[in-house]
Amino acid sequence: MSLLEVRGVMVRFGGIMAVGGVDLDVQSGEVTGLIGPNGAGKTTLFNVISGMQEPTAGSVQVSGVDVTNEAPHRRAKRGLARTFQRLELFSSLTVRDNVRVAAELAALTNIDETVDNLLEKVGVSELAEQTAGDLPTGSARLVEIARALATGPRLLLLDEPASGLDEAESDRLGVLLRELAADGLGVLLVEHDMSLVMHVCDRIFVLDLGFIIANGTPNEIQHDPKVLHAYLGAPS
Amino acid sequence: MQEFLTFTIIGLSTGAIYAVVASGLVVTYTTSGIFNLAHGATGMLAAFTYWQLRFDWNLPAPLALFITLFILCPLFGVITERFVMRGLQGTSEVVRLSVTVALFAFMIGIANWIWPSDSSREAFLKFYEGNKVSIFGINISWHKIITFGCAILVAIVLRLLLFRTRMGVAMRAVVDDRALTELNGGRPDRVAMFAWALSAMLAGLAGILLAGEQQLNIEPLVLLVINAYAAAIIGRLKNLPMTFAGAAVLGLLDAYYLEFSDKSWFPHSIMGFGISGMRASIPTIVLFVALLARPQSRLRAGVVRIREQNKVPAWSTSVLGAVSLITIVVAISGMLTRSNTLLLLNGFTFAIVALSLVPLTGYAGQMSLAPLTFAGLGAIAMSKLPGDGNLLTLIAVVVIVALIGALVALPAIRLSGIYLALSTAAFAVLVTKLVFNQKQTFMSGNIAVPVLDIPFIEINSPRGRLILASVAFSLLGLGVVAIRRSRLGRRLIALKDSPAAAATLGMSLTRTKLAAFAISAGIAACAGALAGDKVSPQQYDFTQSLPIVLLAVVGGVGTVGGALFGGLMLGGNSVLASVVPTLKNVTKILPGTIGVTLGRNPSGAANQIADAFRSLANRWKLLAFAATGGIVIWILDAQYVISHWAFFISSVFWLLAVTSNLVGIMQAPRTRQIIASTYLAVGVIVAISIDWDNAVDSTGKRLIALVLLITLFGVGAQRLTEHAPRVHRASPDVIGLTTAFTDEELDHAERELGVVI
Repeated sequence: MSLLEVRGVMVRFGGIMAVGGVDLDVQSGEVTGLIGPNGAGKTTLFNVISGMQEPTAGSVQVSGVDVTNEAPHRRAKRGLARTFQRLELFSSLTVRDNVRVAAELAALTNIDETVDNLLEKVGVSELAEQTAGDLPTGSARLVEIARALATGPRLLLLDEPASGLDEAESDRLGVLLRELAADGLGVLLVEHDMSLVMHVCDRIFVLDLGFIIANGTPNEIQHDPKVLHAYLGAPS
Repeated sequence: MQEFLTFTIIGLSTGAIYAVVASGLVVTYTTSGIFNLAHGATGMLAAFTYWQLRFDWNLPAPLALFITLFILCPLFGVITERFVMRGLQGTSEVVRLSVTVALFAFMIGIANWIWPSDSSREAFLKFYEGNKVSIFGINISWHKIITFGCAILVAIVLRLLLFRTRMGVAMRAVVDDRALTELNGGRPDRVAMFAWALSAMLAGLAGILLAGEQQLNIEPLVLLVINAYAAAIIGRLKNLPMTFAGAAVLGLLDAYYLEFSDKSWFPHSIMGFGISGMRASIPTIVLFVALLARPQSRLRAGVVRIREQNKVPAWSTSVLGAVSLITIVVAISGMLTRSNTLLLLNGFTFAIVALSLVPLTGYAGQMSLAPLTFAGLGAIAMSKLPGDGNLLTLIAVVVIVALIGALVALPAIRLSGIYLALSTAAFAVLVTKLVFNQKQTFMSGNIAVPVLDIPFIEINSPRGRLILASVAFSLLGLGVVAIRRSRLGRRLIALKDSPAAAATLGMSLTRTKLAAFAISAGIAACAGALAGDKVSPQQYDFTQSLPIVLLAVVGGVGTVGGALFGGLMLGGNSVLASVVPTLKNVTKILPGTIGVTLGRNPSGAANQIADAFRSLANRWKLLAFAATGGIVIWILDAQYVISHWAFFISSVFWLLAVTSNLVGIMQAPRTRQIIASTYLAVGVIVAISIDWDNAVDSTGKRLIALVLLITLFGVGAQRLTEHAPRVHRASPDVIGLTTAFTDEELDHAERELGVVI
């Protein structure tokens, strides 16, 4: 049984097919990549998994439990956490309070300690007392990850966490993702930074125009002709 | 059958007017995203203007109509868009709504000023008054036929405009994607301006048609907009044909109710409750139902980043503030006359009501237009429950009203933003019309709310009640601070800042919103329960809630200080009207005037003042300088060099105009430092040297002079020392399209493109 099982998920906006019947699995202890050109339907799929978008058809299961009709906050209680492509920090709270809200919602016992550890872990301890709305994008992304981790998730959905990060930060993010996987978390990563994706992912799904066109190890994906075609266009 | 047909025609004709108003509402909402609560007031003002031209100055009808509808209305729309609405992009829904509330208050003030309701005036005649035609044996007035014609014409013109003209295409493009339109060379601002002009014309037309049917009164014309809300919501704020259909249904319901309520079988009360307010409530009920029938508002990421920000209040400053507030009230209450005490007491009651909006609107970002309704329910509960005002009764009142608040919010909670605000408005109107006029509640117009019975303390004078109100405000304020600092407070802020993130982190948005509504209703209930006097239902009317919401937002609804500031400002407004009768008319438009400037300072006035003082912390030399100045003024007073009035005025001046500018002066360039210091020194000398007791003959005028002095010198000095570079607000996508490139940007672009050697 996979940690996350997406089966036949389809999303239609009026006449537009955003996601057209996607199957996808995420295993505990692995980093799974989800890549694809802009407009492929990655964020829509994320919204379906986290409960913000009702699918036209298909189902989402977390640890074998069907959550397709559950509200986002109930899915969070089942161990699902996500970050957002366009930042969704609580901009008038401090960095510490952003993470604390999440820890409190998870009803953890030693909240202060957890918050300090998480800020340390993603490397933003020195920003703890700053107002989140004033952060540069890179730091804000890291705070979002810390906040998602504060709910004690089993499955972490990351929507382009490396955009806005510099090279050093991006490398550290890669290390962090491997650590999380080693701790037993399942990570689903949407990312455009190919070197990061190829570096950290155990398995990669490629989405194009709403359909999964390939899945496999980074090595397999890099040499898949369909993927090359989707990214680079038809060879002339 | 004949009668039924007649009422059908009456209904459809009323519906035609609603349709014209509602389509104007839709036009502005879709093109600028602002739901114009003042839309009905625009129509009201247009009707009065037409009356002035046509019946007072006796211009021919076509000329009067042309001037009103094709010159003044569009002009008004353009001015509103350009100077009031355009600054509102990137502000929260709360601020945008408040600005239209301000506009609403402003226009009612203007109408009351120019056309006082007590003066008798020429009748507002229908078009072709008295002329009728008979169709199938039913007499229809020309006015009704013209009304139908106008509605049909509006429908056709709007349809052609939106689908056949360039401007129409541009308008629809702006609705779909404002930024994209801008990138493609469209001019959203110009489109919005056109939309506001068109909308004002539609409101004006409807206002004139309705005034012909119902005579010229401010309130029904303004509340016309409630009917329009209902019709527009039925059209989901974008679909014009559905809006027209909704308007027809509303008109018919009203006419049929009128027809059937005359019948002998029609009940006059249901289970002992009178239903005399039913007819007026029909549009509100339809509005409520239409709102509840809306689909659950979807969680969406990437909502507008909000400009206003407030810091977490510290316990030390909060307690200090509460204690000083009570001390000041105790000290000055002894010097006030009875009537001024009552006015100040009123201000504190408003402040408590405004405070009820802090957790709900300020923290959680949920707009409510019904705070006074809960105060009214609190007053009723306090007077009806046994215990004659003891503390246990008060607690019971708060709990009951908080539960009602949560119960009312329950169906509305699925909505967000403007829809939620409208449903609270609908609730307020319904309670006003159906509950407050029952013999079980406000029996004969007035009920006596017992004074709070505190052991060992007798409160029986206005002064005692004033002190009680200030203590109540302080304690409730500290409670609100405690909420902000708690787990719940962080959740409320999270709900405002990003509902999407809050939900995906495991927060039940419904439960958090219910908590916010319950707390807010409970606080507002205190304002009613502590009235300690006779109260009338008019005090808790829906229209009275609007200025409170407005001034709370102006004061800064994110902070307790902002609520106090807003409440006292509203109270102070009536003080001003009573002490300076010549300014009575100005006070009518004052709240509205202050409110329409919100776009420039969305965090509220209290926050701005607090910011100036906050920057003084830890600058010991400046603090010492400020304190020395205060002591010198006090010594001058103690040595009888200056009078008490001069002492009061110069110390307030010192505090607000000088001290708040010290940091700014220190940071200014050298020459500006000298100019600003000299300027402020002149102000201080003026404040100290004027013979206030003899040169100015009334308290009110002295206070006004004080405000003028502070504005002239304090704000002037602030402008002089301001050197912060203007922040570039435009999105980088549109630089070069709507704003010219700066030299720096041109250099950069040339470097990047390699066109400079």
